[in-house]
Amino acid sequence: MTEPTALQEAWEIVKTQFPLAIWETVYVTVLATLFAVIIGLPLGVLLVIGDKGGIKPLPGWLMKIINVIINLLRSVPFLIIIIVVFPLTRLIMGTAVGTAASIVPLTVAAFPFIARLVESSLREVDPNVIEMAQSAGADSWQIITKVMIPESVPSLVANITIALTTILGYTATSGAIGGGGLGKIAITYGYYRYKYLIMIFAVVLLIVLVQIIQTTGTHLASALDHRLKK
Amino acid sequence: MIRLVGLSKTFTSSQGTVEALKNINITIEDGDIFGIIGMSGAGKSTLIRCINMLERPTEGTVYIDDIDLSRLNRRELRKVRGKVAMVFQNFNLLMQKTALQNVCFPLDIANVKPEAAEAKARELLKLVGLEDKENAYPAQLSGGQQQRVAIARALATDPKVLLCDEPTSALDPNTTNSILDLIRDINEKLHITVIVITHQMSVVESICKNVAILDNGEVAEQGAVGEVFAQPKSRAARALVYPESSQESAISVEGQKLIRVVFNGAETAREPMIATMASKEGILANIAFASTRTINDRVYGSMLLGIEEKQVERAKKYLTGSRGITVQEVSEND
Repeated sequence: MTEPTALQEAWEIVKTQFPLAIWETVYVTVLATLFAVIIGLPLGVLLVIGDKGGIKPLPGWLMKIINVIINLLRSVPFLIIIIVVFPLTRLIMGTAVGTAASIVPLTVAAFPFIARLVESSLREVDPNVIEMAQSAGADSWQIITKVMIPESVPSLVANITIALTTILGYTATSGAIGGGGLGKIAITYGYYRYKYLIMIFAVVLLIVLVQIIQTTGTHLASALDHRLKK
Repeated sequence: MIRLVGLSKTFTSSQGTVEALKNINITIEDGDIFGIIGMSGAGKSTLIRCINMLERPTEGTVYIDDIDLSRLNRRELRKVRGKVAMVFQNFNLLMQKTALQNVCFPLDIANVKPEAAEAKARELLKLVGLEDKENAYPAQLSGGQQQRVAIARALATDPKVLLCDEPTSALDPNTTNSILDLIRDINEKLHITVIVITHQMSVVESICKNVAILDNGEVAEQGAVGEVFAQPKSRAARALVYPESSQESAISVEGQKLIRVVFNGAETAREPMIATMASKEGILANIAFASTRTINDRVYGSMLLGIEEKQVERAKKYLTGSRGITVQEVSEND
């Protein structure tokens, strides 16, 4: 008769701990993505306009350095990033552990990824349309703000959706430094205490969250795309 | 007045250098519709982009109303570009903006207040016949309608010059005609100088007053459309005006020589020229090709005649005697 007790116990934990865990997962994911976009969007713009054929070509060596840094940050495993940015986290948040503190390493890990996504979105903008803007007398800032970004909104939304789901996955790892959320519950109960039922429940909830984000993002992207209107 | 003086453009890449334009000299008067025609790769697109300095010429310069564009800094150049608007082959509309917002774009760039910009844009959409489409997105419009929006957009800043880069190449023949009519209307009503780049003879024939023929980066020939088309002097011009030339080798007959007879104006069409030549001179001509075309309301005709080698000189002499006719011998490499 261990089954019902395990189930009851699991349900008790789900009821008491999951609401907070879901909230923590969501707000950490959203805030980390927001900060990563704030850093990654201008960087992505720079990657496109500073390119050889871009509207504001920068010296080749500078572009090379920026590219190398981005690739470097993207190839470091997230767990290592958490440890490496400890001093930075402490500087910004006052502490290096806890749910709120995990936003810092998440942002550091995500912004190079976002920069690449923004880069690929902006590269989809028809170069002929950019030429049109130049022929109409637009300066570089106007081309970025009135042509490149507005024209790639649907693609940016689709790509930021991808970023959200990826960062959601990272939040599970940040449980290692005391970051809260569903990932932490899955690890502490499932991995450390062998409460597989709770682990499964947490993982299922993570899957549901990813589904919700992805579906909403995809719908939003196509709703915003006026190329698809007939 | 627009003057291109000693304009050259050389592209340098890892594969070597390409001379896209070589010493181009063209003068375009105010109010003209000037055609620049050439085969693909002749340098047309580079040339039109030099006129508003989207491409900086390697040598030479462009004067618009005696302002030397190559001496302007970026800020001054952006101001000039408001007066030299451009229309493109693929319309280049903002796909996420409505027709009205697209027409407002150059005004927005020039920091015109939104209300004033929208009023102006509505007026222009009416001019191009799309007043009921202001809230449509480009994807909801046909190619011809999209080009109309693009033309309205080009007119938003009251330009003095309209640069048209293959404006009808992406359109079907009927739409092409309506867009050309619109361009001619704009030229007449708004007194805007129009420069049209094209590879289509028909475009130049139907709207241009003057033409320059571009071949391999050089101006092969330029002048009034009627003159250039009636008596093309350069090889490039003949290739464009008489596209049938490329088939000459296939239809030339052993022992015969081909001569091209161009008649100019309707009066020559009344005489039975070939029949008279046969009955009076005994010269038998084999008509390999014949066509007529109308340029600026005048009829021009051309024929390719195959004639016995011994009789060629006499035939040429006979035909040259008639009014409004020019005769050329067609050589192998023509």
